[in-house]
Amino acid sequence: MENLVQIALQNVNMAAILPSLVLTCFGMGLLLINVFLPRGTTRHAVWISVIGLVVTGLFVYTGWGNPQYGFNDAVANDSYAAFFNIIFLFAAGLTILMSDDYLTREGYPVSEYYPLILFATAGAMWMASGTDMLTIFLGLEVMSIALYVLAGFFRGQVRSNEAGLKYFLLGAFSTGFLLYGIALIYGVTGSTKLTEIGIYLNAHGSLLENPMTLAGLVLLATGFLFKIAAAPFHMWTPDVYEGAPTPVTAFMSAGPKAAAFAAFLRIMEYCFFSLKPEWTAMLWVLAVLTMVIGNVIAISQTNLKRMLAYSSIAHAGYALVGLVAANEIGYSGILFYMLAYTFMNIGAFAVLVLAGKKGEDNLTLEGFSGFGLKQPFLGVAMTVFLFSLMGLPPTAGFAGKFYIFAGAVKAGYIWLAVIGVLNSAVSLYYYLRIMVYMYFRDAEEDYAWVSLPAAAVISIVIALIGVFYLGIIPGDVMELAKTAIF
Amino acid sequence: MNDHLLSLMTFFPLVGMLIILFLPREADRLIKTVTLVVTIIVFFISLPLAFDDVFVSSSAMHYTEFANWISIGDYFQMNYNVGIDGISLWLVMLTTFIMPIAILSTWHAVDKNTKGFMALALLLETGMLGAFISLDLFLFYVFWELMLVPMYFMIGIWGGKNRIYAAVKFFIFTAVGSLLMLVAILYVYYYSVQAGVPFENGFSIAHFAQLDIPAHLQTWLFAAFAFSFAIKVPMFPVHTWLPDAHTEAPTAGSVILAAILLKMGTYGYVRFAIPLFPVATMQFTPFLALLAVIGIIYGALVAMMQDDVKKLVAYSSVSHLGFVMLGVFAMNLQGLSGGLLQMINHGISTGALFLIVGFIYERRHTRLIVDFGGLSKVMPVFATMFLIVTFSSIGLPGTNGFVGEFLILVGAFESGLRVFTVFATTGVILAAVYMLWMFQRVMMGKVTNPKNENLKDLSAREVVIMMPLLIFIFWIGIYPNTFLDKMNPALENMIEQVKGKQQIALMVEDMDQTVTQITVND
Repeated sequence: MENLVQIALQNVNMAAILPSLVLTCFGMGLLLINVFLPRGTTRHAVWISVIGLVVTGLFVYTGWGNPQYGFNDAVANDSYAAFFNIIFLFAAGLTILMSDDYLTREGYPVSEYYPLILFATAGAMWMASGTDMLTIFLGLEVMSIALYVLAGFFRGQVRSNEAGLKYFLLGAFSTGFLLYGIALIYGVTGSTKLTEIGIYLNAHGSLLENPMTLAGLVLLATGFLFKIAAAPFHMWTPDVYEGAPTPVTAFMSAGPKAAAFAAFLRIMEYCFFSLKPEWTAMLWVLAVLTMVIGNVIAISQTNLKRMLAYSSIAHAGYALVGLVAANEIGYSGILFYMLAYTFMNIGAFAVLVLAGKKGEDNLTLEGFSGFGLKQPFLGVAMTVFLFSLMGLPPTAGFAGKFYIFAGAVKAGYIWLAVIGVLNSAVSLYYYLRIMVYMYFRDAEEDYAWVSLPAAAVISIVIALIGVFYLGIIPGDVMELAKTAIF
Repeated sequence: MNDHLLSLMTFFPLVGMLIILFLPREADRLIKTVTLVVTIIVFFISLPLAFDDVFVSSSAMHYTEFANWISIGDYFQMNYNVGIDGISLWLVMLTTFIMPIAILSTWHAVDKNTKGFMALALLLETGMLGAFISLDLFLFYVFWELMLVPMYFMIGIWGGKNRIYAAVKFFIFTAVGSLLMLVAILYVYYYSVQAGVPFENGFSIAHFAQLDIPAHLQTWLFAAFAFSFAIKVPMFPVHTWLPDAHTEAPTAGSVILAAILLKMGTYGYVRFAIPLFPVATMQFTPFLALLAVIGIIYGALVAMMQDDVKKLVAYSSVSHLGFVMLGVFAMNLQGLSGGLLQMINHGISTGALFLIVGFIYERRHTRLIVDFGGLSKVMPVFATMFLIVTFSSIGLPGTNGFVGEFLILVGAFESGLRVFTVFATTGVILAAVYMLWMFQRVMMGKVTNPKNENLKDLSAREVVIMMPLLIFIFWIGIYPNTFLDKMNPALENMIEQVKGKQQIALMVEDMDQTVTQITVND
């Protein structure tokens, strides 16, 4: 907490926004290049985006351990932001690698897709580094608007249109909540700066009884809970995830979710640390609700994208457990978990991207019959990702869950940890069911082998390496997550 | 080399698995041979352990290895902390011994996706060995969960017609138990950190065992551990996954499941649940002994009524493991050493029984008792071996089963579990009934079914598979001291520590009562 107070007022400091600035430039440049190239050529966009992400990653890397604050204290490029930036970059990179052949297959080889992903990533980065309500809001909007477009990217498909529109309407609604919350908090404290809000709320103990503070807190939380797809604000998730192009779904489930967690966690810790008992009690209930709803409804799903959508709700619940624990282990557990989740979930979606046939009507349990035996590589990869999502050692999912539940146990939330692991037990059933179909059922006679485009395979291999690296020797990254929190 | 013998032994199968993954799919014979060679090499790596006399004189952990694995500031630390003592020694040996036999038994039985099967079998071996040698609870948990995955696929892909149900049931039952244990592990860990156990020790069980955890906490923690292990044992009433899994699994799967995986549960009690929570053990002993006795009698009765030989053997496991549990909770040397020996015995004789069932199933593709009859005339060698194994399973003097069950019953009778022992003894009689009756219906009498008239007797390969098991049936039956001598020091030490803590707890309770009485009198 000390360093918060010591932050000197600085005006413009470009170093504070350097990584996202670089990424935005790449996005802009790509848009310009696209103008001069014939429609339908997309290969260049993939590579430029990947290079952009790598360069941004280098800037993030070199900035590690050297926090920069700027823009009148509205942006902090600290190691907390850097850790999340790495998550976003991985999410975007893996998504972009799996997208190219997918877009061609589905008949939308449009290169504007890639700048949109880069902009969404840049928005996510602002959310993670924002230390002012308005910066965070700005990042959220940049990210969300790009995502609205991406969700409805398949203009000719009703499902995709529905996803885009639904996401837009509900997203706008939740943004309204968020803004209202910001306004109320501003009304109470007279500031939009996170640290100043925190100091004010801490100093004016009596104000804690002020209904306006509590209303502001609840409205703010609602806005973020919507973005992380926590129950009861999860209703949009299944439809949007199912309708959006699969790589976009993969991206949405990891990057923006992590971004929302980043901002949520920072706001809770910076502004509302004095209200901890209140909001942990509120989030306790929501974490349980989210885990239970996600896992229980996932059981009855037969469409794999929908199933993974519910599973992603459940995983938001697990991550919320870390927030409820509200101690260092829980917080850094969230950071670690988001990275682990990025690898395992995007990996699983990448397998779906490759396994799908045009129109993606075969992404059902039935359509996966015998898939594992017919396509050994994709089968094994999917198996690893599913075991990781279940939380079985030695995978990233296990290390992440262990980290988070350790935080909960240490904070004394034994029952929450018990409910969490019991939910994992429930989740076994539907993850196993995918494997049952993949391996224990015979494939159709006329099973058509799907080809394996190199870029998508690279994305799966990176995800596999990530899952095993974080599962077997998680020490280094956990240490980073530990130093990254405030 | 001795410094890393355990690691070499544990991870060598993993190396073998990687080799197999790079072999072509079609090279069936080559894959099987490589797997067999790998498991045999692992057996020879582990062999020096069995001949090491250090276990006779010392109860400490030997062949220990220690390395930092994961350490995150002051959050938590996990270590690669392994070693064996007399308790785990024979279970490790059993594992390395059974694996080549199991692999050899699948020579003809597994013909689709051989590559996958063999890779999973080797992964399973690493998991099992790792679980037996772990001295760090976190490490143990990792290996413990690692075992689930290969077994799940073995049952699900290569199993019988009800395999999907059996595989999912097996997985979910076992995983549910272990997840609760995970929370308990975390709780013990933070308790130990608070109690001042040095941070570098991580999840070391040796240090957890020295903690004085208050009785009411022990109750909960023990319950979480015990539930997880009870599912694995399996104890009545959470045994229902076992008949399904056993019946549907391929022969090699059943052999590994019966011989080794079930021992994880009983081993878990001896190594973790009891030493870590001695006071709770005392509270739970009557309850668990009751469940053990119910398991003994119920398993035997249900086994008696089975018309499928494999199901019969599966239910007999429930009964036999009940004996092991009774011996373990007798908490004296006879009971515990009998229980430990009976774990090995059950591994050998039930493993052999599943092999025998596999032999006739490969010939006739049925396991129903009514389809057989009079086989002894057609297959004399088979009949002899079957009879020996049957006797061993019943516990006839001269075979291994007798020594184990006798020690268990003596131990339990001497302890506070006398009443339970009386009922448990009926299990021995019932075992004779169901085993001999089955043997009679399958092997004796006239050949009634014409399909059975021309069955081939055991092949050389099959005799080779059975021979080592038969040798140990008699070895343990006639001279069990080879094995008991090495397990006793470790067991004595453990009993002493557990009993010591229990006595202190009782004294404290007594004092509390006296104090209350005095205050009341005042």
